[in-house]
Amino acid sequence: MKILVCISHVPDTTSKINFTDGDTKFDTNGVQFVINPNDEFGLTRAMWFKEKQGATVHVVNVGGPETEPTLRKALAIGADEAIRVNTTATDGFFVAKQLANVVKEGGYDLVIAGRESIDYNGGMVPGMLAKLTGANFVNTCISLEVDGDKATAIREIDGGKETLKTSLPLVIGCQKGLVEESDLRIPNMRGIMQARTKPLNVKEPVEANTETKTLAFEKPAPKGAIKLVDNVDELINLLHNEAKVI
Amino acid sequence: MSVLVYTESEEGKIKKIALEAVSYAKGIADQMGTTVTAVSINANETSELGNYGATKVLQVSNDKLNKFNGEAYADVIGQAAKSEGAKVIVLTASANSKFLAPTLAVNLEAGYVPNVIALPESNTQFKVKHSVFTNKAFAFTEINTDIKIIGLGKNSFGLKENKTSATSEAFSANLDAHDFDMEIVSVDKATDQVTIADAEIVVSAGRGLKGPENWGMIEDLANTLGAATACSKPVSDMGWRPHSEHVGQTGKPVASNLYIAIGISGAIQHLAGINASKVKVVINNDPEAPFFKAADYGIVGDAFEIVPKLTEKLKEFKAQNA
Repeated sequence: MKILVCISHVPDTTSKINFTDGDTKFDTNGVQFVINPNDEFGLTRAMWFKEKQGATVHVVNVGGPETEPTLRKALAIGADEAIRVNTTATDGFFVAKQLANVVKEGGYDLVIAGRESIDYNGGMVPGMLAKLTGANFVNTCISLEVDGDKATAIREIDGGKETLKTSLPLVIGCQKGLVEESDLRIPNMRGIMQARTKPLNVKEPVEANTETKTLAFEKPAPKGAIKLVDNVDELINLLHNEAKVI
Repeated sequence: MSVLVYTESEEGKIKKIALEAVSYAKGIADQMGTTVTAVSINANETSELGNYGATKVLQVSNDKLNKFNGEAYADVIGQAAKSEGAKVIVLTASANSKFLAPTLAVNLEAGYVPNVIALPESNTQFKVKHSVFTNKAFAFTEINTDIKIIGLGKNSFGLKENKTSATSEAFSANLDAHDFDMEIVSVDKATDQVTIADAEIVVSAGRGLKGPENWGMIEDLANTLGAATACSKPVSDMGWRPHSEHVGQTGKPVASNLYIAIGISGAIQHLAGINASKVKVVINNDPEAPFFKAADYGIVGDAFEIVPKLTEKLKEFKAQNA
């Protein structure tokens, strides 16, 4: 089985979010970038398929040279090869088109991507990629087993879960729950050394439309001061009469 | 030319978030000088859609669509959009809408923006405000395609009554075998619980509760308020509560009217996840907990004393105001 794991290069979850150039660009100053957490769950599951079922695992990112340390980290965790599509990710559709080209050329059976990136929260790349490559698609995936070309997946739905049977080629949009938090791997020294010599292939982008364009950003308005109360009667009174939420 | 809105139903009943989506669609239709058409799949009763501004309802009845299927549902909505000549399609933030939206976008070559929180600023430039960085910021994004798809963020627009009378007509879509490549083996859903996705009130607890055996009082409080229960990341990582209750940047976002955080210190990732909630209450024994800077109301004190008392007083309050 040939697996492609899509890796977004995103600000660490503790990052303060600021903008520059008249609020038109994300300020990367002092920001540490990591593998998108949803993608990391997927990469961890891919490692399981590699070790238990002999799968080959490639990772891919659509982005500039600055994303290579993130891809090297994925190689250090255990991916066999990395691909970087050398372009600026402009919108979800553009990224999906680039990935679809990688999938077609590489002949992958299974594509694992995070349900959404924690920066722009678009949540559209996995579904678009499935449609563009004619693969089956399971979103918000929290369990995946593959047997030959058959797959069994569980997806989270609002208020529960659903078990599905489908077949490869398959794209999943995965999230927390796909693997246990304790299964996540920190690269060890051996992995880091090996990652330096593993292939990281740079591909040029294909032509694709940009359907949406972000023009500006805004930070939420500063919050008013908290009202501290010392008893529950007062709290109920405020929630009822002032906030009007009960 | 109308604005098309997909109005989701559950067990035949239109969901509240669908009514919010209709309210929003009406706002766009007014800007564009057109009307709202709703499309519903296997809903029993659709007349209330008229209360929020829909003038036409396309009703799809098909036993094959009783269970959600992203591919087939996207085909239904896409064909409805074509038959109506719709240039704008409004979806919700439900798990199913987010599942089908990218498929629909590719089918229609439409630009899609999710988590939208306001109407477009003008009808000449189609630019919408949406949340990004898990509510730590907003972006203004222009959609440049002929057909535009908007995913409305939950509880971001509200219900706006706009009484019209909606005419209803049957609509049947052409579905092919590929639409049913996926087989749903089982659905496991607690029907007696309020879900975080639909809840108006969410009661959430963290490590301050000391252990999973102490969640009884959280559930009591939630039941009294008709609320959903949620938890912080450490609590779900330690297995005290299921992952599906984890709220935050790598868990679920919450956009409820009221969010009550008990024994949660308020890590930046958690606060991001709940930021879209309207009113936040914190109960924590540590006055230095960061949550006190993010909340609207707070009590400094021991959750084990305050929560049972709050539940008891709320029961009295509910009895008086029933």
